[in-house]
Amino acid sequence: MNLTLKVWRQKNSQTAGKFVTYKAEGISEDMSFLEMLDVVNESLTKKNDEPIYFDHDCREGICGSCSLYINGHPHGPKKAITTCQLHMRTFKDGETITIEPWRSAAFPVIKDLGTDRSAFDRIQQAGGFISVNTGGAQDANAILIPKVVADEAFNSATCIGCGACVAACKNASAMLFVSAKITQLGLLPQGQPERYSRVQAMVAQMDEEGFGNCTNTGACEAECPKEITLTNIARMNNDFFSAKLFREEGVHDHVGGE
Amino acid sequence: MSEFKQTFNSSLGKKLIMALTGLFLCTFLIVHLGGNLLLFKDDQGFAFNSYANFLTHFPPIEVIAYILYISIIVHAVYALVLTIKNRRARPVGYAVQPKSDASWSSKNMGLLGSILLLFIVIHMSDFWFVYKYDHVLKFKEYRTDLATNVTTVGEYVPQVAEFERSISTENNVEIVRVKDIHARVQESFSKLWYVAFYVIAMGAVAFHLLHGFQSAFRTLGWVHRKYQPIVYFFGTWFFGVIIPLGFAAMPVVYFIQSLSK
Amino acid sequence: MSLDAKIPQGPLAEKWSKHKFNLKLVNPANKRKYDVIIVGTGLAGASAAASLAELGYNVKSFCFQDSPRRAHSIAAQGGINAAKNYQNDGDSVYRLFYDTIKGGDYRAREGNVYRLAEVSVNIIDQCVAQGVPFAREYGGLLDNRSFGGSQVSRTFYARGQTGQQLLLGAYSALNRQIHLGKVKMYTRTEMLDVVLVDGQAKGIVTRNLKTGEIETHAGHAVLLATGGYGNVFYLSTNAIGSNVTAAWRAHKRGAFFANPCYTQIHPTCIPVTGDHQSKLTLMSESLRNDGRVWAPKTVETAQKLQKKEITAAQVKEEDRDYFLERKYPSFGNLVPRDVASRNAKEMSDEGKGVGTTGLAVYLDFAEAIQRLGEDTVRAKYGNLFDMYYQITDENPYKQPMRIYPAVHYTMGGLWVDYNLSTNVPGLYAMGECNFSDHGANRLGASALMQGLSDGYFVIPYTLGDYLATIGPKPVDKNHPAFEKTKQEVIAYNNKLLALKGNKTVVEYHRELGHIMWEYCGMARTEEGLTHAKGLIKALKADFWKNAIVTGENDEVNAALERAGRVADFIELGELMVTDALARRESCGGHFRLESQTPEGEALRDDDNFAFVSAWEFKGEDQEEELHKEELIFENVKLSQRSYK
Repeated sequence: MNLTLKVWRQKNSQTAGKFVTYKAEGISEDMSFLEMLDVVNESLTKKNDEPIYFDHDCREGICGSCSLYINGHPHGPKKAITTCQLHMRTFKDGETITIEPWRSAAFPVIKDLGTDRSAFDRIQQAGGFISVNTGGAQDANAILIPKVVADEAFNSATCIGCGACVAACKNASAMLFVSAKITQLGLLPQGQPERYSRVQAMVAQMDEEGFGNCTNTGACEAECPKEITLTNIARMNNDFFSAKLFREEGVHDHVGGE
Repeated sequence: MSEFKQTFNSSLGKKLIMALTGLFLCTFLIVHLGGNLLLFKDDQGFAFNSYANFLTHFPPIEVIAYILYISIIVHAVYALVLTIKNRRARPVGYAVQPKSDASWSSKNMGLLGSILLLFIVIHMSDFWFVYKYDHVLKFKEYRTDLATNVTTVGEYVPQVAEFERSISTENNVEIVRVKDIHARVQESFSKLWYVAFYVIAMGAVAFHLLHGFQSAFRTLGWVHRKYQPIVYFFGTWFFGVIIPLGFAAMPVVYFIQSLSK
Repeated sequence: MSLDAKIPQGPLAEKWSKHKFNLKLVNPANKRKYDVIIVGTGLAGASAAASLAELGYNVKSFCFQDSPRRAHSIAAQGGINAAKNYQNDGDSVYRLFYDTIKGGDYRAREGNVYRLAEVSVNIIDQCVAQGVPFAREYGGLLDNRSFGGSQVSRTFYARGQTGQQLLLGAYSALNRQIHLGKVKMYTRTEMLDVVLVDGQAKGIVTRNLKTGEIETHAGHAVLLATGGYGNVFYLSTNAIGSNVTAAWRAHKRGAFFANPCYTQIHPTCIPVTGDHQSKLTLMSESLRNDGRVWAPKTVETAQKLQKKEITAAQVKEEDRDYFLERKYPSFGNLVPRDVASRNAKEMSDEGKGVGTTGLAVYLDFAEAIQRLGEDTVRAKYGNLFDMYYQITDENPYKQPMRIYPAVHYTMGGLWVDYNLSTNVPGLYAMGECNFSDHGANRLGASALMQGLSDGYFVIPYTLGDYLATIGPKPVDKNHPAFEKTKQEVIAYNNKLLALKGNKTVVEYHRELGHIMWEYCGMARTEEGLTHAKGLIKALKADFWKNAIVTGENDEVNAALERAGRVADFIELGELMVTDALARRESCGGHFRLESQTPEGEALRDDDNFAFVSAWEFKGEDQEEELHKEELIFENVKLSQRSYK
């Protein structure tokens, strides 16, 4: 199949970008979307032109590196998959595909379609953990966790940190991402001691990064490749208000914060 | 910064304010609709005028009214603040508009809210302001024979300029003299453009609440798989359909009545 | 040079405790005076960074990905072994030790493997304490499953995403230390060389992948946790970015590379569809519990299938060759990974492969669906079937799956002693990056165990011993070795950037992959390997003449990154072939056609090859020198496996 690509090209974060049109020819429908871009890049390289930069790594939908906003959808039009799992048979011969980077003030473009998502790391660093040192743990079976709770925590823990929620949200809000971690640790017994300081610390960092606000449209949930639900955000809200209005813990009562 | 200030300045705090004011406005709608249903009573506006009079002169209601006005302003101002912040979170937009699955209403709360704000301003200046501060309204006098419970209606021209209202009983006849807001309603709702504006605004209410009511519950964190369907049902059918239809029925019915006069 | 593995003396079960006591300790007040460099943030790297920072060391952590959470440990599906014996089914530390030694075809050290089995129980405790959501039973206890043909249920899992959950646990521990300021994290930073001062590793040279800046970092020790080198085959289940560069550059600075030819090839992967393919996707081998593997009996039928003139369903029962059931009547479709893989390749080589490329065999569930019903099959394998459907657009409920083997894991790596130290003082290697504990073949669900064992429970003890020895004197970053190494890296990169030929780096990589797969894959021969060596040498020469590397150094330049990695893969490929040539026996993942039992099984030669091959780099385009570390078995009896 032959396709026309409209691709966002931008040299670095300081320069302005623009769309450039490329022809992708002789594309097999068995190719993944990224393999299609590989083919385009190979032909650009042969002409000694700069290949299109995009983040990618595992190519099996788990590392969360790949992004790409394809024809109005983060990770393309199919549900519950990442761009690397999107196959070209999803598209029609002759179709024009517009490929843009994630758009968010908190995710500056570093080159072409690649963005800097380190804001997510900083939010996790603010409190997305349980403060245990290596070595002191009790026997794993000393903590009983109802299966339903373990499963629910797992559902939240499947987040791959790709940022599609931010990309899909009309407000560029990161609340689905943040709430998934807060929910995972907030549901588990191991996470209880820091539950109310964690939510405050992570929300504070999220606000600092310049993400927008959740208006519960549900676009994030619809586009999330791991189908993280909106309920996580509600759980985060609940914990946050509970922490702020009724609990003793402050923001800095976390990780031995000085 | 005090802890409370910090809380309400946070992203979630601002959402909390939106949710609480929003839900308060929702409860107000119930009361408002209940009261306004008196318009459908065929008594030449006796019940409605008495109700309007009660609302404006019963002190606890006055207090709640001011909370209500503040809520509207806070809801609108915070919406504006949040919208500006949200716009800043995406300085460069997409070339292809997002096609994500999200309800139309949830994506257009700002537009719907703006229509509603405009509506509230017009609605209040036409009725509330006129009633309270403008002296253009005429008075009506309702005489009810307490023995037979028959009410007759007549015009009343106040003796003094500051006259507000009076209730008295003479010879077993209760005389109620109140401002005739009912006439104002009749007059306003005889204009087609005005009725159309009201109906559009009630459409906006429907869509605004279709998303807003359940969204408020999400913001507050009151989501539970057992109760969520109830919230959805209530938000959709009561706030999304019954309330807006009830309100919209008033101008429509009055307009139709005005045609036959 | 003699290789001292430093295995402690004494009974097997006491080695590690005794050793821990004998290791020197660093005074708590002195720990903060030490800087430790850790490259890689997978299970081994992240867990080591967190644990060492908790102890008080200053850690600098590096990864080439945009976030430490994206290291390829995240993609491990199946689970993690631990000798907890929660299922009361007769498991023990000794049994896990024994299974691992045997599974590795007696090419691993007893001492290391026993320690691995011993600390496996602590790993589970640690991970649960961190909030890793392992699967649970209804009573709230941890669930286990049996994995990879193991006789006991000792595998802990989190659906099909165990690697992800374990890595996120280690990542969260790392994050906590970053937050506390004990770890300085460098993302999008690739290590390109080790700095040696007086023969000791004292720092690294890195390239900032966002700006292109070449920087030096100093530390009292350098820990590599940079993963495996399966991508030398171009197509593998590894991530695109997975590379050997850090380990290889360390090798070129003197660290020995051990057992490079040991490669694990997984039999049930989704086959290649064409040259455009960039990556292979693994499907759990549990599929072989109910699927039957077959290929058409004749080449003619296979060709019709390849041309899609007929469908698999139209091939009559008598025209099908259920080759695993035919050759291995007692194990049938459940023969070990290497046997299943080799047989599938044989079928394809004989022209009996299916699919448009002819590089696949069928894994048929028709019989299972008939026997168990479609719903039962869906309940057991639904997610795998969906994944297959997603990728191939073929419905495995209606037509047989096509499968083909793919490179999955590399048991070889930098040579390390019992302390995880390479032969270069101050340079350590952990996880898949070292050669350590799996011998010639790795058991399913043991890779995660080893990575975390090294990072959480081994290196925090053994590193202290070295650091206490060298003392807390700050590393002098002004030592000329830093600038010299940096200039060498810059010169090397410039050499790459000057390549403006006519063949892309990806084309070279693909070509290398074809050579490796063909001659150094599932079945190896003296002749083929010798031929391959010549091909690789020629490929290397051609690469440095005709490759194209676009762009500049001072920008995000994926082409340059890839070029450096492929250049290293080419050199490694040659060493793998050299190692495979030298090892004139079959063992585990290394199968020499010349060395097989009459039944076609891998035939070891314990008299001549019970050693670890450790290769020393002797200079560009020089033959590497082989050093042998003899393997001594005091506790297990070496035996020949058979699956007939």
